[in-house]
Amino acid sequence: MAPAEIRNAIIDILGDIAPDEDLSDLKDEVSFRDQLELDSMDFLDIVMELRKRYRVQVPEEDYPNLDSMHSTVTYLTPKMVDCVAT
Amino acid sequence: MYDTIIIGAGMSGLAAGIRLAHYDQKVCILEKHYTIGGLNSFYRMNGRDYDVGLHAVTNFTAKGAKKGPLARILRQLRFKWDDFALAPQKGSRIAFPGHNLRFDNDLELLRSEVRREFPNNVDEFDQLVAKISDYDDLDQESFELSGRKILNETISEPLLIEMILCPLMWYGNAAEHDMAWGQFCIMFRSIFLEGFARPYKGVRLILKNLVKRFRSLGGELKLRSGVKTIHVDQKQAVNIELDDGTELQGKRILSSAGRLETLRLCSDSSEPDPRTAGQLTFIESISVLDRQPETLGNEDTIVFYNDSEKFHWERPTEDLCDLRTGVVCSPNNYIYPDESGKLPEGVIRITTIADFDRWNGLSEEEYRLAKLKWYDRSVAASVNFTPDFRSYVIDTDVFTPTTIKRFTWHDNGAVYGAPDKVLDGTTHLDNVFLCGTDQGFVGIIGAMMSGISMANAHCLRA
Repeated sequence: MAPAEIRNAIIDILGDIAPDEDLSDLKDEVSFRDQLELDSMDFLDIVMELRKRYRVQVPEEDYPNLDSMHSTVTYLTPKMVDCVAT
Repeated sequence: MYDTIIIGAGMSGLAAGIRLAHYDQKVCILEKHYTIGGLNSFYRMNGRDYDVGLHAVTNFTAKGAKKGPLARILRQLRFKWDDFALAPQKGSRIAFPGHNLRFDNDLELLRSEVRREFPNNVDEFDQLVAKISDYDDLDQESFELSGRKILNETISEPLLIEMILCPLMWYGNAAEHDMAWGQFCIMFRSIFLEGFARPYKGVRLILKNLVKRFRSLGGELKLRSGVKTIHVDQKQAVNIELDDGTELQGKRILSSAGRLETLRLCSDSSEPDPRTAGQLTFIESISVLDRQPETLGNEDTIVFYNDSEKFHWERPTEDLCDLRTGVVCSPNNYIYPDESGKLPEGVIRITTIADFDRWNGLSEEEYRLAKLKWYDRSVAASVNFTPDFRSYVIDTDVFTPTTIKRFTWHDNGAVYGAPDKVLDGTTHLDNVFLCGTDQGFVGIIGAMMSGISMANAHCLRA
């Protein structure tokens, strides 16, 4: 998957976790925690959704990489290069 | 072979089931009763719908709120806020002789009422709120401190302490007399800092949405499937035998049956000490009125009343019920959206503390008469604190501790389970875990939170 496709995949996951949230003006550089007030349970869900949907493993020590959209896409790009967009 | 077998199709079991099925586990929920919901179930009688447990959904936060347990369970279960269709309360009241404290879903009202009734103690009340905000959710040691001790250190007016404790104990204290500090904080937040709400259609709307979601994710739900034995080999549950002899295998078991109740099912356990079971159970006297309660001047959503300056939270020792304290709930008094309008009929529900053993020991005829007698007495006690509605009653029902036992399967029909909570949900077996009231969270949102957090901790991360 290309970075733009990974971004869409993350938007899909966030939309699934927080269906009441308007994600159209999500700022890529601002942390999810500050914009969406996601807590640790939600971050675990992002990790588990990535595993469920794309078989991507994110080890616990890498969780800080999932801080914002920008850092998440940067971190996932090499890991998801062989994944197919759904 | 199931990944997880869940015992009990109440709020906690269903929420746990959704989490696990969502993450592709093979899950089965076993329910002993013929219907779902546990304490928060519903039934139909004489063509009318009734809820069992629900007066109010606590922990209410408005649409758009991102913090708090309601927002968290919606995200964890992938529901929209509108799926639960929660309508906020009009306002509630703590009523003691000569003193009233009104409150609603904004702490400021309660604070101004404290200032009006207890002008010298409002700073102490603020200090209490600050202590509650500092409190960290799941630390077993601070959880178990005496709530009364901390209240006595913070607030110098005994009557104010009793008035604050009254609704919090009524809506979630499994222990007699005192309340664990942790439970006090949880209840204070869920009632005074968050608030009350109710779906127009009652608890069945929430349950229906939970079951529909669970099934759509491939989860199995088996009703009338009581567990007879959890067969144990070397600290592992190896299979589950149902009352009808069916055997099921699961890698792990998540039980909402209660701590003692679950232990008793395990083939390696001796009979657990019954003294550790919960003792607090209720009767509920339900009146259907020919008019809306507001036309009688009753604008309160919930009234928690007590007939003296000292609040007694204990199992009755003299008779089938203790009439000194009670709760009046008027489900009509929520702010329902315009499209649903008012509930079709007026309803008043009165909850009274009861003694399980005395109710359980009655013959069928005595039981029928006791229901009539204690309906009359409970209603008569309540109308000292709420406008008298007795001339407008067109139908009644009473449910009792034995009804609650049938729905919850808890020892003694204990509404809030056993006093000693197991916050981490572990048992003496490596693959059996607890969720629901005995894990520590009560109320509809609390129960769902319990199912979710125990499923996450013990069944998903493993």
